[in-house]
Amino acid sequence: MSILVIAEHNNINLKTFSLNTINCASKIDLDIHVLIAGNKCENVCKEVSAIPLVKKVLHSDSTSYENYLAENLTPLVVKLAGKYTHIIAPANTFGKNFMPRVAALLDVSQISDIIKVNAPDNFVRPIYAGNAFATVKSTDKIKCITIRPTSFDPAPISGGSAPIEKVDATEAPNISKFIKREETKSERPELGTARVVISGGRGMQSSENFKLINAIADKLNAAVGASRAAVDAGYISNDHQVGQTGKVVVPDLYIAVGISGAIQHLAGMKESKIIVAINKDGEAPIFSIADYGLEADLFEALPQFLEELNKLNTIQK
Amino acid sequence: MKILVAVKRVIDYNVQIRVKEDGTDVQSDNVKMSTNPPDDNAVEEAVKLKEAGKAKEVVAITIGQEKAQETVRKALAVGADKGIHIKAEGYIEPLGVAKILKKVVEKEKPDIVFMGKQAIDDDCNQTGQMLSAMLGWPQGTFASKIEVKDKTIQVTREVDEGLETIEINLPAIVTCDLRLNEPRYASLPNIMKAKKKPIEQLIAKDLGVDISNRIQQLKVEEPPKRKGGIKVANVAELVNKLKNEAKVI
Amino acid sequence: MPREAMEYDVVIVGAGPAGLSTAIKLKQLDSNLNVCILEKGSEVGAHILSGNVFETKALDELLSNWREEGAPVKTKVSKEKFLFLGKNKSLSWPTWLLPSVQKNHKNYIISLANFCRWLAEQAEKLGVEILPGFPASEILYNEDGSIRGVATLDMGLDKDGNKKESYQEGMELHAKVTVFAEGCRGHLGKQLVKKYKLDTGKNPQQYGIGFKEIWEVSDQQHQEGLVIHTAGWPLDNKTYGGSFVYHAGKKQIYIGYVIGLDYQNPYLSPFDEFQRFKTHKDIRKMLEGGKRIAFGARALIEGGLQSLPKMHMPGGLLIGCDAGTLNMPKIKGSHTAMKSGIIAAETIIENIKNKKDLAIYEEKFKKSWAYKELYTARNVKPSFGWGLILGIIYTGLDQILFRGRLPLTLNHKYADHEALKPANQMQKINYPKPDGKITFDKTSSVYLTGTNHTENQPVHLQLNDSSLPINYTLKKFNEPAQRYCPVGVYEVQNDKENQNPKFIINSQNCIHCKTCDIKEPSQNITWVVPEGGGGPRYGNM
Repeated sequence: MSILVIAEHNNINLKTFSLNTINCASKIDLDIHVLIAGNKCENVCKEVSAIPLVKKVLHSDSTSYENYLAENLTPLVVKLAGKYTHIIAPANTFGKNFMPRVAALLDVSQISDIIKVNAPDNFVRPIYAGNAFATVKSTDKIKCITIRPTSFDPAPISGGSAPIEKVDATEAPNISKFIKREETKSERPELGTARVVISGGRGMQSSENFKLINAIADKLNAAVGASRAAVDAGYISNDHQVGQTGKVVVPDLYIAVGISGAIQHLAGMKESKIIVAINKDGEAPIFSIADYGLEADLFEALPQFLEELNKLNTIQK
Repeated sequence: MKILVAVKRVIDYNVQIRVKEDGTDVQSDNVKMSTNPPDDNAVEEAVKLKEAGKAKEVVAITIGQEKAQETVRKALAVGADKGIHIKAEGYIEPLGVAKILKKVVEKEKPDIVFMGKQAIDDDCNQTGQMLSAMLGWPQGTFASKIEVKDKTIQVTREVDEGLETIEINLPAIVTCDLRLNEPRYASLPNIMKAKKKPIEQLIAKDLGVDISNRIQQLKVEEPPKRKGGIKVANVAELVNKLKNEAKVI
Repeated sequence: MPREAMEYDVVIVGAGPAGLSTAIKLKQLDSNLNVCILEKGSEVGAHILSGNVFETKALDELLSNWREEGAPVKTKVSKEKFLFLGKNKSLSWPTWLLPSVQKNHKNYIISLANFCRWLAEQAEKLGVEILPGFPASEILYNEDGSIRGVATLDMGLDKDGNKKESYQEGMELHAKVTVFAEGCRGHLGKQLVKKYKLDTGKNPQQYGIGFKEIWEVSDQQHQEGLVIHTAGWPLDNKTYGGSFVYHAGKKQIYIGYVIGLDYQNPYLSPFDEFQRFKTHKDIRKMLEGGKRIAFGARALIEGGLQSLPKMHMPGGLLIGCDAGTLNMPKIKGSHTAMKSGIIAAETIIENIKNKKDLAIYEEKFKKSWAYKELYTARNVKPSFGWGLILGIIYTGLDQILFRGRLPLTLNHKYADHEALKPANQMQKINYPKPDGKITFDKTSSVYLTGTNHTENQPVHLQLNDSSLPINYTLKKFNEPAQRYCPVGVYEVQNDKENQNPKFIINSQNCIHCKTCDIKEPSQNITWVVPEGGGGPRYGNM
């Protein structure tokens, strides 16, 4: 068996979800090749070559790969596919965009968004927005897979020296063209994709008091969320609501402040990697799922929290 | 310009999903079914293009058992002109769905195919991309804004970093995000009229494509219940744990 | 500009057993009639909740081939028990001593929601137009004061009543006869009773709040066809109520509780009484290790004949539980609701064809078996005004010895909202914390109902006086809305210093049970229909 991981990068640096993807691949087989298709992306190749889990780096350079247009990237992956048993990419908007095209041209069924590898052909994936987990077995010869990055740790990034092999670029079909990319304008990251989310509930008592949350969000580069109760009470607009239709968040760190833990809210955030609850009611249901619970008055705890964060010299972004 | 819109019948998003006792699937007997939410956005966008004079005809298509027709009726009630129902029993993987849609596209010859970005049941997020690859067409996935020009569409996509704008040649596939528009409600007279509009019915098996499933669903279970962790005594301890134990800040 | 209008022969409000029976019978009698049913639920059955042990009498009349047509009426009652519960013990009442109205051996355990879905299919086959997701929000009148039809609600308004992008104006539906079959405490039915003074000379209507959960249990705990009713614990002697435990098919148990809304203690929480009931050792053993898969609650009518309003008015009929045809001692209302619908159809045909006044409904109803049932049952509920023990003794005499033929009629003296005593005269009730296994909190319960309302729409629970909850109801009754609402729509929230209480309405959680509209002591809360498709999405209720 050998595995082809399609790396996500910005032509200069590798994006971290690719590391999670490589680690996931290592649970299937250790013969891992990583494809870096981009425009003048030598530095990315160097980075990937240093990853100990990687056996070989495939480098294909062309202006047509600069913006990862699915139409342009697909033929290259399909061309390489014959040598591999698995083709893997992260299940973010990068991987989701091109992988089904690859699968369709190979006439195989894609396995989307896996969270666990049971065997090389046997995976677990969430369905119904995470309300059920399906264990599935693929009968296709080549398995096209996207993985949920937060379900796998990132692979270590130094110590390796995989060879870098050049691959000829495929011809661009010229049916699509990149115009522009606007990073999200808001100072804070989007709720759906933030690495850290801090949410306030009814316990915040006023929209004014959300500034306590905002200050910490700025410090942690976190998105600001809210419970339905806080939204209903008019403390914050409803686009911040977690746990409503389609608003499921899976950050690395979720901090629930003054949220008792209504089940709709829990459903919207329970897949987060680490959950922190700050609430003065020690019996609040939120504590039953929190990794770290702090039973305290939030109006005292939040300023202290900010102070402690200010003392730290580094904070992961 | 002609537009094809694909809609899927799924368990209503408000229904609490329950896994069957025997672990084979989720419970779907007598639960409320609805059109997959982003498919409503797809229909709305198609109808808007028609109202703006850019499209002449909107055809809605669904694949599934007899009752899946409800989704096509709903599309007809908000402005689609014609309906197609491909009758099929049981679950069909996106690969099979895309093959069926390809057949229909070859017959109907639309300039744009719209559909939701993802179905909220199997959460695959594949069909649109697969169809466009099979047809050799470009795709605009996760669309939150579109602008149809003469021979191209400009699509603004919701990507992880923010918004990305691309221009794709027609014919093309566009998969719609919930933010694309606000689907309208059907009016009563239009619902009545939609009940009388004919829906062309074809049988999936007769289309001559291989729609056999490649993935076996071995088991469906409830997600493991999360267990509570520890209580910390104060803020300093909390920050210390987050930094040194959980390593998330 | 006038709204768009559509013309029908008959418009029916509500696709429950009464409305659907009316529609089916109408089309059976005259297939050319244009009949349409408006339903506020997102689909037929979505807002239907009932025990339900079903008597097929009306169904036999309406669709005698129901067995061949695959009606979901399958689980026959095989065994019956009546238990008196004490806190730690129970006393089984011999079945031969049960009044015959409480004997169920010919009846079936059904899901009324699924039964209604099946009825709707039969109606559609006959050409009835059923329109789920379209609530009738307004009654339309002709100049002569007769009913012209109804209008559907405007859709796509924001919470301040401004039009959103998705705005869709409501429509008028005009009909020769409009039939109101909204179920218990219909918001249009309530207006009709007032406008046409349909309750003149009648007792105040009486209501109960009913809960139901569906459990999946093990083979050992399950005995298909077993029907159990209980009285007693956890309620005190003064509070009217009891439970049902029905062993349905598929290893499921339908378990529920009904509490009369004439209870006096504002601290009483019907939801928590139901939860506590499940912890009784005889009940717990049937549920332990099982899984709760559904929850719901709905108000029901208990007034019976004394409170039954006039059911006809110019251009309209008020039928089923919208009027109040439930038979309380029998704990059944589906068969009488269906019968009232059948009679409505027969009346309408004579009205349209032979110009007979709709008032002939009264006479037809009086001649029916449904009326006879209600007549013999009339004294049971009021006798419980004397307390549980005397009520049962009286009921025994009245129903077993005299079979309801005692020549006296007891009265309901007060409306339910007048029954509450001031909080300072009553004892607080400390309910045990839910264990998450047998007993649950309100939030996790409402989650099971699949309830939602489109965000950003006008609040459908309207306060006549928005200051009253805090200035009066909180002071005098400790704002009982916090407790009588089965899903926690109403909350009183204090600020940081535990001061300045605010009254909060979480209308998105509302499961359309109507209890607030009934029990609010000053009748300050009016339930109106929210945007179509809102509310619970009951599956097999």
